[in-house]
Amino acid sequence: MSWLPGTGARRRPRDWPRGRRRARPHHRPETWWALALPLLLFLALPLLALLFYSPPAELRANLARPEVQQAISLSLRTSTLATLAAVLLGLPVAYLLARREFRGRMLLDNLIDLPIVLPPAVAGLALLLVFGRRGWLGAPLDDLGLRVTFTQTAVVIAQTFIAVSLFVRAATIGFAAVEPELEDAAAIDGAGPGQVFWRISLPLARRGVLSGLALAWARALGEFGATIIFAGNFPGRTQTMPLAIYLGFELDMGVAVALSVILVGVSFGVLLLIKGVFGRGEE
Amino acid sequence: MNVLTRCRWRAIVLLVVLCLALAGCGGAEIFAPAAVAATQPPAAEEPTEAETTLTVFAAASLTDAFGEVAAAFSAANPGVTVAFNFAGSNQLATQIGAGAPADVFASANQAQMDVAVETGRIDAGAPQVFVTNRLVVVVPADNPASITDLTDLATPGVVLILAAEEVPAGRYALEILDRASDAVGVGSTFRDDVLANVVSYEENVRSVLNKVVLGEADAGIVYTSDAISEPGVTAIEIPDELNVLAEYPIAVLNDSAYAEDAAAFVAYVLGPEGQATLANYGFGVSSASSAQ
Repeated sequence: MSWLPGTGARRRPRDWPRGRRRARPHHRPETWWALALPLLLFLALPLLALLFYSPPAELRANLARPEVQQAISLSLRTSTLATLAAVLLGLPVAYLLARREFRGRMLLDNLIDLPIVLPPAVAGLALLLVFGRRGWLGAPLDDLGLRVTFTQTAVVIAQTFIAVSLFVRAATIGFAAVEPELEDAAAIDGAGPGQVFWRISLPLARRGVLSGLALAWARALGEFGATIIFAGNFPGRTQTMPLAIYLGFELDMGVAVALSVILVGVSFGVLLLIKGVFGRGEE
Repeated sequence: MNVLTRCRWRAIVLLVVLCLALAGCGGAEIFAPAAVAATQPPAAEEPTEAETTLTVFAAASLTDAFGEVAAAFSAANPGVTVAFNFAGSNQLATQIGAGAPADVFASANQAQMDVAVETGRIDAGAPQVFVTNRLVVVVPADNPASITDLTDLATPGVVLILAAEEVPAGRYALEILDRASDAVGVGSTFRDDVLANVVSYEENVRSVLNKVVLGEADAGIVYTSDAISEPGVTAIEIPDELNVLAEYPIAVLNDSAYAEDAAAFVAYVLGPEGQATLANYGFGVSSASSAQ
């Protein structure tokens, strides 16, 4: 992040031209802090309000409630499975996007980005029309006696659909940063295509891949709109944390707040992890 | 101009842009009134032709019916238009408690009207029941599980969707199952047998209806007024002795700026034309409400 004030600037040559350039941001940090303050407050205040809504004892009591525990464990299970699916399905696409020029590349690229910008409710509806009992794939499955909607599988499908884009995006950037010459060199030394990928490309792209994995997991954990439409709401089966928060809000503010605090905490932690651990060693 | 001044200038320009942006999106109400008051004559001196916009907070189940009622009301009262905020009654009551500007509140149940009364913005004696609603079993047009009455919901393997207990329709559905379990000839395990078939407790009654329309479920329990507006489902009556009569109260807020027009709207809803329209949308009208 060399564009941040105070990092990149330090590496500038001492004989950098003077004059207009003197007025660089880092020369008047207090002005910039004053201008940055509204956004910082805007983002931080609601989260702090959430954190301090319940006294700690009440928060703990709410977290211990069986329906809350159920939602937490269901969320952890489904979001982990969704992340696994995102990695398995996303790795080949990310590698293709990073390495190959082909016709329709832009279209594929756009398709991958679509779930990020679509309202999740649209995704839920679309999934229903494919995997629903009368859907394109759902109808033949139903004939075999398999129902997808309203099951945990549906939760995982919804989360994967929403989260996979984030993984592909980050992994593509990771693969693109690997020098093709390194792969070529390995190939010349007799490594097969599989060996090149597993031994050279993937390890070198690990920072992008891992941060994509963490982002996808956090996004899956927070998925709401697609899940409630496609998987419905059944405590212990399809009621993930975000659903429990939404329904809890109608009945029990304490439960909603307790689950929200966990989600905020986990998301914050995941982002820290990405930036702290995976980001370390960046030039 | 030296460097420092230029720098300060930029900061000021940025601040001004920020303020303008804030003013642009809703902040206008914060900044504008003083200027408006200074330049325009007071509202009372404006001709009576001036547009009045009534803000009506109404339960989501009234969406279609109230749209038609409002159009007829505006036609009969030139210069008065009605703007709606349709949502779950509980959300509306919360918004009223938070000070949202509203002239009329039409709730889908007494409990949420009580919540609004407790906020002090509706007088205790003001709410009047204007329609009633009942619950009904809906099945997809082709009725894949061959359901013919309420008791069929207990048949193992039926895919059933209910509204969540957190919303009134869900509570009513459970109440009906309880009554049915107690009824002679149905069997005391009826409630549990039915609940074993439930695959989802939807967050609102409309989504129960839509998923039955899509064929995702073999059956659902919704309001009569929901079922009547949807050709994709068949409604199966629930017997009166087991059914729930949901009462919808309506009231003018005591801080309404257009109290007279608001009262006129409520009177129109309670009057013969309003009631006839509501009846067309499947609501129970006058006879039921006067019986209470």
